Amino acid sequence: MSDAAHAHDDHGHHAHPTGIMRWLTTTNHKDIGSLYLWFSLIMLFTAGSMALLIRSELFEPGMQLMHPDFFNQLTTMHGLIMIFGVIMPAFTGFANWQVPLMIGAPDMAFPRMNNWSFWLLPVAGIMLLGSFWLPGGAVAGGWTMYPPLFIQGGVSYDLTILAVHIMGLSSIMGSINIITTILNMRAPGLTLMKMPMFVWTWLITAYLLIATMPVLAGAVTMLLTDRNFGTHFFNAAGGGDPVMFQHIFWFFGHPEVYILILPAFGIVSQIIPTFSRKPLFGYASMVYATASIAILSFTVWAHHMFAVGMPVAAQLFFMFSTMLIAVPTGVKVFNWVATMWKGSLTFETPMLFAIAFVCLFTIGGFSGLVLAMAPVDIQLQDTYYVVAHFHYVLVSGALFSIFAGIYYWLPKWTGHMYNETLGKTHFWLSVIGMNIVFFPMHFLGLAGMPRRIPDYALQFTEFNQIATVGAFIFGFSQLIFLVLVLKTIKGGAKASDQVWEGAQGLEWTVPSPAPYHTFETAPVVK
Amino acid sequence: MSLAQTDKYYLPQPSLWPIIGSVALLTMAVGGVMAMHEINHGLWVLLAGVAVLFFMMFGWFGEVIRDSEAGRYNKQVDSSYRWSMSWFIFSEVMFFAAFFGALFYTRVLSVPWLGESDTMQQLWPTFKAAWPTAGPGLTADGLKFTPMEAWGIPAINTLLLLSSGVTVTWAHWGLKKNNRMQLILGLGMTVTLGVVFLCLQAYEYHHAYTQMGLTLGAGVYGATFFMLTGFHGFHVLVGTTMLIVMLLRSIAGHFTAEHHFAFEAVSWYWHFVDVVWVLLFILVYWLI
Ligand code: HEM
Ligand SMILES: [Cu+2]
Repeated sequence: MSDAAHAHDDHGHHAHPTGIMRWLTTTNHKDIGSLYLWFSLIMLFTAGSMALLIRSELFEPGMQLMHPDFFNQLTTMHGLIMIFGVIMPAFTGFANWQVPLMIGAPDMAFPRMNNWSFWLLPVAGIMLLGSFWLPGGAVAGGWTMYPPLFIQGGVSYDLTILAVHIMGLSSIMGSINIITTILNMRAPGLTLMKMPMFVWTWLITAYLLIATMPVLAGAVTMLLTDRNFGTHFFNAAGGGDPVMFQHIFWFFGHPEVYILILPAFGIVSQIIPTFSRKPLFGYASMVYATASIAILSFTVWAHHMFAVGMPVAAQLFFMFSTMLIAVPTGVKVFNWVATMWKGSLTFETPMLFAIAFVCLFTIGGFSGLVLAMAPVDIQLQDTYYVVAHFHYVLVSGALFSIFAGIYYWLPKWTGHMYNETLGKTHFWLSVIGMNIVFFPMHFLGLAGMPRRIPDYALQFTEFNQIATVGAFIFGFSQLIFLVLVLKTIKGGAKASDQVWEGAQGLEWTVPSPAPYHTFETAPVVK
Repeated sequence: MSLAQTDKYYLPQPSLWPIIGSVALLTMAVGGVMAMHEINHGLWVLLAGVAVLFFMMFGWFGEVIRDSEAGRYNKQVDSSYRWSMSWFIFSEVMFFAAFFGALFYTRVLSVPWLGESDTMQQLWPTFKAAWPTAGPGLTADGLKFTPMEAWGIPAINTLLLLSSGVTVTWAHWGLKKNNRMQLILGLGMTVTLGVVFLCLQAYEYHHAYTQMGLTLGAGVYGATFFMLTGFHGFHVLVGTTMLIVMLLRSIAGHFTAEHHFAFEAVSWYWHFVDVVWVLLFILVYWLI
């Protein structure tokens, strides 16, 4: 190394700002990973409180707590924030912390851009949440933003459109960074087919994000110009078509749901082998399954639109392509089960969440298959059956994988073991609570209760009351998680470098807690 | 000039630029919304945001240029920039795809449907579903427009952009041969072609608005026409600006025959903008 560069480096090490400035200006992947994760946790409680308000209103038929328009604002913001403010940032936080550690890189490829990707999220958050206080309140048109309703709203609608642009910018920059890091900064000897599954799933997720976020940006730009600049993209009088928005939106939207689940697959594929003390079963097939899910996910979007009206040939195409995508998903489930088969299993909290993931995500996959059948979906579209489906894949799928990942890597990050009793309590309350909320929703949907409605017919009362009770159990048990995380950061039993007996991979070769800078010289992988 | 290369991947120090960029975008978004709703001073807030954004870009890119000229970027960093620029261009492709998709969908599917369905026949019995159209409702209200003809300015613009693709490549050859004169001359010609393109497009827009009744509000034809060509024109503007920066840097003696990815990135971008234009010329102007 040349002297000039050396001097520069030394100079850098004592120029680190402290306090709030450290977090505003940081270019360190671990700092930025923590920022993402904290942001996600705060948003989880924000959007979670909205869910509890929704469930409170739905405890009884009739209107009790709020104006119906405010109810619609809550469902819309709950959806937008959970997707863009909780699940996606949490996974990006994991990517920031873990990808460099797992591939033996000194940091992300573009540390400054990495900082910007994060600091755009609070901007979007301010715009979304702030709109509650604007005249007319927050957006109430549903997270899917369908026109013509979305064209008719007030100021907050434009603010939301621009917030979506900003979140898209953040995701695109974040994804370019992650892809470049994975493709260009792996330690010598770490070939693609030796990469940990988590890294593989993020590589493919980042590709999906770069391919679809610009399409969403295009769709909301058309909304913006239809609202403010006199275009007629979605207005039949001008030759446009409101259904066109749905096509463009779901061309983004369906790959988006895989963006929300592929990193979860990755996390679970790290955890199950560790606690089974066996290598992942069918590694190559996992990689190919992930890649085929990513490719197929561009060909299924109109399964969200069966009830809208489409030529029969199109209905059939989208029905079969949707069923086809369940095949690689099934491959994954079988591989996880086969990994556990004859392993020497132990059931620490990460493993419990991972096993719950496998079981409950599969239920969500099956209800997805039910919805994939066009004739059935025409009955079930926009009922609580759909709500049940996507909460099984998103809560017991994506969110549980996030919990699993936190329990799994927190000792590496903080240097302390978490409290296993608290962890297990959190797990059992979450699993039980989650099923009490969402399982009855299948029955409600089959019986015909529509979604996004603040009032309902009397015969739906019992199941709704059960769901509301479950929601409060689930919601308040998340406070245990908050306490557990804070306690683990403060102290606890010292974690060893390897942390878990069966853990494999580069991240377990660095000390716990992981030092601020790791792998400044690349390790060599055999 | 010799660039000292290190074996370590360059990791920048903590930086204020990103957070300044966030403040800029927040100000711009709030100002933009205020302006769209005609709230007092909205435009000024928007412009203030834009000013902060420009400040940030000057500062940030300046820092990157200084890092690069100081030789802090080794082969691996160079290859990071290459990957990231390719993926960035891919994201741009997908952005345009959304609008080309809208053009395809309306032209091939939904406008014909408007002519076929019974409800529409009841509502607007005189409507003939044929491209280009301002749609049944606007046409019934008496909106008339002339579609844009391909073989005037658009054809000239095609020639201009295609030649600019040649001149930028010629400049690149110059750079690789260390022929600075050829580099500067080639870049100068490319910038000129870009600027002339933009002027002609501005003239075409003016003509469309004042003489042809063709506006953003002229139904779905006007919307797709202006959004597609408008976003393309904006990209030409950005591309030209970046080419000007490259020209100034070349005059200042930056870049070496081996190490000049900034230049290459701009030329990739320029070629991408070129390809989009060819598609526009065929699908938007020519085949109507
Ligand atoms: C086996 C795989 C899956 C299949 C076959 C499937 C199928 C479907 C179908 C047909 C719908 C439309 C229902 C309707 O609106 O009538 C739907 C909705 C939905 N799915 Fe899935 N799905 C699968 C996996 C997933 C995954 C992994 C996620 C997310 C992690 C997900 C998230 C959603 C969401 C959020 C909606 C509702 C969107 C809305 O209308 O707000 N799905 N799914
Ligand atoms: Cu879908």
